[in-house]
Amino acid sequence: MSGTRKSNADGKPRRRGNPALRRLACYAFAIAFVFAGWEITALILDTPALPTPAATVPVFISYASEMLPDFLTSLYRVLVSLLIGVALALPIGLALGRCPEADALFAPVLYILYPLPKIVILPILLVLLGLGGAPKIALIALTIFFQVIVVMRDAAKAIPQNTIESVRSLGCTRIDMLRHVTIPATLPDLFTTLRVSSGIAIAVLFFAEAIAGSTGLGYFIMESWAMISYTRMFAGIIALAILGVLIYEAFDLVERRVTRHRR
Amino acid sequence: MKLEFSQATVQYPPLKASDELLCALDRLSFGVSDGEAVTIIGPSGCGKSSALRLASGLLAPSSGTVLVDGKQVNRPRQSTALVLQDFGLLPWKSVYVNAELGLAIHRVERTERKRRTMSALEKVGLADFANYYPAELSGGMQQRLALARAIALDVDLLLLDEPLSALDALLREELQNLLLELWLERRHAQVLVTHSIEEAVFLGQRIIVMAPRPGRVVYEMSNPDMGSLEYRSSELYFKRCLELRKALASAGGEAQ
Ligand SMILES: Nc1ncnc2c1ncn2[C@@H]1O[C@H](COP(=O)(O)OP(=O)(O)O)[C@@H](O)[C@H]1O
Ligand SMILES: [Mg+2]
Repeated sequence: MSGTRKSNADGKPRRRGNPALRRLACYAFAIAFVFAGWEITALILDTPALPTPAATVPVFISYASEMLPDFLTSLYRVLVSLLIGVALALPIGLALGRCPEADALFAPVLYILYPLPKIVILPILLVLLGLGGAPKIALIALTIFFQVIVVMRDAAKAIPQNTIESVRSLGCTRIDMLRHVTIPATLPDLFTTLRVSSGIAIAVLFFAEAIAGSTGLGYFIMESWAMISYTRMFAGIIALAILGVLIYEAFDLVERRVTRHRR
Repeated sequence: MKLEFSQATVQYPPLKASDELLCALDRLSFGVSDGEAVTIIGPSGCGKSSALRLASGLLAPSSGTVLVDGKQVNRPRQSTALVLQDFGLLPWKSVYVNAELGLAIHRVERTERKRRTMSALEKVGLADFANYYPAELSGGMQQRLALARAIALDVDLLLLDEPLSALDALLREELQNLLLELWLERRHAQVLVTHSIEEAVFLGQRIIVMAPRPGRVVYEMSNPDMGSLEYRSSELYFKRCLELRKALASAGGEAQ
């Protein structure tokens, strides 16, 4: 019963076509879909507060270079805060998931703090860290932190006991267990939480930039609103959407590289 | 004596606070000699898995002792291997890396590791599938991979917890033959837990019958004629199966 499967050189069945091209085609469709919905809504509502895509896109292009620094500022803030939030939360979440005693002690703390809107501490952060990027990064990191702890804790809890025992019976150290079992077993959940978190991060970032400071896409959008320039505002919203897509795609790329097995 | 249980008792904390301690094993005593193949048979819940977890060092007895090579086992030992019912494979690692895992954990040197992994995979007929992932294998191949991981280790005590119970009848026989051949070739001490009377008689020089509540040994049967593939179709084999069936039935009656 060995070696009878149909397969190509590396022994894996494969799908046809260039994946990058397929992905571009999907995006072309998605853009068409969103723009069509937007256009129809704008035509029905017929208000200056919702300009049509046809009116917005030229404005977006003309503002592109002016928006670039704000775009990069926002991108930087989201990435750094994701990095900090995940780096702090990952070990704590995995430890809680693998250690029932610690979990019993800290789970209630988590349940109390997790649902609280972290935005309430923005005033404190503004006082402590000023009006620049630091309070925004701290706020997003804090929001992400709890999110990631909860997801990774549950992921670590869900590793089958049999898998753990079979590796433990080989006489492995804690590091071996982490390397061979805990991390690879929870990696797909890490990417799921990264995607969810990056959505939340962008939402929180927008809010933080809109109410404090004078940089970033959030500020650009709110400033346009204050100027009653709705096309400029929607140009900013398009930039925000691009920011989101870039981050999602980056995570997808990394995920495909590090999780090659199929679940 | 390779493995020796003496008065080994295992109590698990109760699931509900109102219950009393659950006595999974009550003063279990038996031994396995070097190179001996023993099978344990008994109904679910009679503590067979607990006994193997004791022997592999995953679990410490509440009282009594468990000795391997005359020394108390208080942690997993390098030349003991445990194979579990649902294989305990790592789905995120390829067949090769799964088979290599024990050697990697034991920090075996690279070329030696590669040689032993490939030879183990060849032995179980999976050499051509080294780059596959466990999910891409059939149930029988997954079980053979779990075996490969154990035999790559060069063990002197092999513990198998219902390793074939997830497989269909034909595949089961094929893997029973493989287990027998491996044991004949390597002569490690082996403890195989099974639900199947035929498997117990085919693979055990000695067969231990256990009963639940509390888990204990109720019958021992000696089966010195095992050790060849032809044994399966011999008169004696059928006689021993019958004898074991009777012993199980009366043990079951006693347990009620
Ligand atoms: N980790 C555990 N916690 C509590 N009870 C357990 C645990 N493992 C097994 N038991 C109980 O101990 C008894 C023996 O279990 P086990 O050793 O798995 O028996 P077997 O393998 O013969 O089915 C069963 O009643 C089972 O419910
Ligand atoms: Mg069992």
